[in-house]
Amino acid sequence: MKTVTLTMTNPPELYLEGQNITPDAFAGKTAAEIAAIDVWEGKLKSPLGKYFTVEGNGGATAAETRIILRGDCSRLKRVGQQMTAGEIVIEGDADMYIGGWMKGGKIHVKGNVDSFCGLAMEGGELIIDGKAGHHLGSSPRGEWRGMQGGLIRVAGSAGNDTATFMNGGTIIIGGDADIHVSTHAEGGTVIIKGNAKGRVGGQMVKGDIYVFGQIENPLPGFKQVGEVEQEVDGVKARFIHYIGDLGERHPVSKGKPVYGNIYTRI
Amino acid sequence: MPKRIENVGCPYCGVCCDDLVVTVSDDGKKILEVENACAIGNQIYHHATESERVRLPRLRQPDGTYKEISYDEAIDYAARVLYNAKKPLIYGFGSTNCEGMAAAAKVGEKAGAILDNCASICHGSSLLAIFDNGYPSCTLGEVKNRADVILYWGANPAHAHPRHMSRYSIFPRGFFTGKGHKSRKIIVIDPRYTDTARVADIYLQVKQGYDYDLFNAFRTVARGHEIPEEVAGIKREKILEVVEIMKNARFGTIFYGMGLCHTDGRNHNIDIAISLTRDLNDFTKWTIMAMRGHYNITGPNQVWSWQYGFPYCLDLSKRDIAHMNPGETSSIDLAMRGEIDAFFNVATDAGAHFPIEAVKELRKHPWITIDPNICMASEISDLHIPVGIVGVEVPGIVYRMDNVPVQYRKVIDPPEGVISDEELFERIYQRLCELEAEDAAKERVKTTAEGIPAED
Repeated sequence: MKTVTLTMTNPPELYLEGQNITPDAFAGKTAAEIAAIDVWEGKLKSPLGKYFTVEGNGGATAAETRIILRGDCSRLKRVGQQMTAGEIVIEGDADMYIGGWMKGGKIHVKGNVDSFCGLAMEGGELIIDGKAGHHLGSSPRGEWRGMQGGLIRVAGSAGNDTATFMNGGTIIIGGDADIHVSTHAEGGTVIIKGNAKGRVGGQMVKGDIYVFGQIENPLPGFKQVGEVEQEVDGVKARFIHYIGDLGERHPVSKGKPVYGNIYTRI
Repeated sequence: MPKRIENVGCPYCGVCCDDLVVTVSDDGKKILEVENACAIGNQIYHHATESERVRLPRLRQPDGTYKEISYDEAIDYAARVLYNAKKPLIYGFGSTNCEGMAAAAKVGEKAGAILDNCASICHGSSLLAIFDNGYPSCTLGEVKNRADVILYWGANPAHAHPRHMSRYSIFPRGFFTGKGHKSRKIIVIDPRYTDTARVADIYLQVKQGYDYDLFNAFRTVARGHEIPEEVAGIKREKILEVVEIMKNARFGTIFYGMGLCHTDGRNHNIDIAISLTRDLNDFTKWTIMAMRGHYNITGPNQVWSWQYGFPYCLDLSKRDIAHMNPGETSSIDLAMRGEIDAFFNVATDAGAHFPIEAVKELRKHPWITIDPNICMASEISDLHIPVGIVGVEVPGIVYRMDNVPVQYRKVIDPPEGVISDEELFERIYQRLCELEAEDAAKERVKTTAEGIPAED
């Protein structure tokens, strides 16, 4: 695997849109060619080299390319958007849409990220060591097919609207989650190690939500059905099992309606 | 002889009353009387001729005062600001006509700007919910002629849409609603006991911020499931009673306002309201409608959706691709994050409506106000360009809150020399084209911004 190191030396005045910073776009290119790739600051299109110094060449394919981002990338958006393979490491904070529409490969952010990260993700792994903003692993506006697959792991807390319209994949939040988790979900798993504020599983059709702490304001549309013992993300524990959202439509499988599940740890 | 002009459309709220009668003085310069309008609509007409109007653009001087300049100078200044900015924001359009909005969009596209309208801080969240979940709506005429159950949720039309209840929802006698008020059931759900709640048959005082939970309870009950004894501060019996009334309606309408759009969850509150409306259509006919604020705030949503496919928060900075994602491309977020470098406030008052932190951030860059009146935004601008008042001095198309277009007319001429929004934006567009041509002639040497213009 070959490593390309980008160091932010000339930060943008506004925000930088780096949808081309992906192993797919860097594969097969030399450092000089990578420095000529387009990035956007508002309506201005500029070469990447205007903001970053580029060291190292890309690998032959995306899977053989690793990108390391150094310097202050907190005003950098859309890194790893639609990537299919390879690896990206962001050594500090990053802005919005990190790993949006991601199909494969791995992104590791060592700081915090802003909203819309892992938006409409289809595969791969997005690891965030810090906090995540709103709309983590959510669906784009107006899209009723949200996250399809892959894994998002956030060590800290997440904002609101996590996993809206989720269809598949797994989101693991180490800290607390704000309101609206798995709204409209039709599949997938969300694991919250801390507390959830409320509106967990609103309008949910299918899918699973595990909350290790408390749900501050549970919705009236969920009904307690029993207790279960399960192993969740390597932890074996007992959970109270709720089904719902009883206000929402539910498909019928083998003569029985299929509900969304919420499990809260005892 | 004073002239009486009938069937005039009112440029105040989203109800767009089109039955006003305006009496204009002999010389056509003064508005003498306005009949049928509410107190606020009335004031808009009288304000046009009774107050001191700004007749020329005003440019901020180094000593902080305003100096009057010509329209040509102002248009050149505005075009240069747009041309040199990397990401300008053009925001407003609550109180102008669709012709002006279309012209502004042309400017926005040319300048690679963000185009946003007041929905961004108002019913934008409704639009997001409509994207996600559809819009089982109707026209106000249908409500008047058919509805026998009216539900106001988080809206206070008694103050914000003063003639809504009398023209369309509660009091009018329609084709199938000949008994007017007597044949209608009025439900009001609001954390505050508003003046609208006073006319309700049933008032539910929902706990502030728990609207989503209450909707969830309504839906759960409608599907025949149990709910807890109390939800969002409302007793179970009361919820069961209201759901029963809703299921037994002949035709019902949910009117909702800022109480849903701008409390926690925003678009999700509307989203679940739409889901409830859909559920109720299993039993009878139910519809839902947003209580849009200004008389033509539905206009930019319509016009820009037709032009670019998105109703608000349009990012046109990539020119050939329109992108929209509130949270990123919405005015307040852009301002708070320091993501833009020029601001146009058009036909609204961002100075009064935006959070002070956003205003402070925007004020670091050029701020141009295009509005007929002196307002908070005009007083902190670098440039204030006055225009004619739509519906009073400028005719045009406006969209009512139920997305019905209405042709507005003018009753008097604008002050001498004052132009319309449409003409102003057309001239800014021309100037932008000239600047571009000048730069192309100078072999694309740009003074302020580095890099290459997007279209290359």
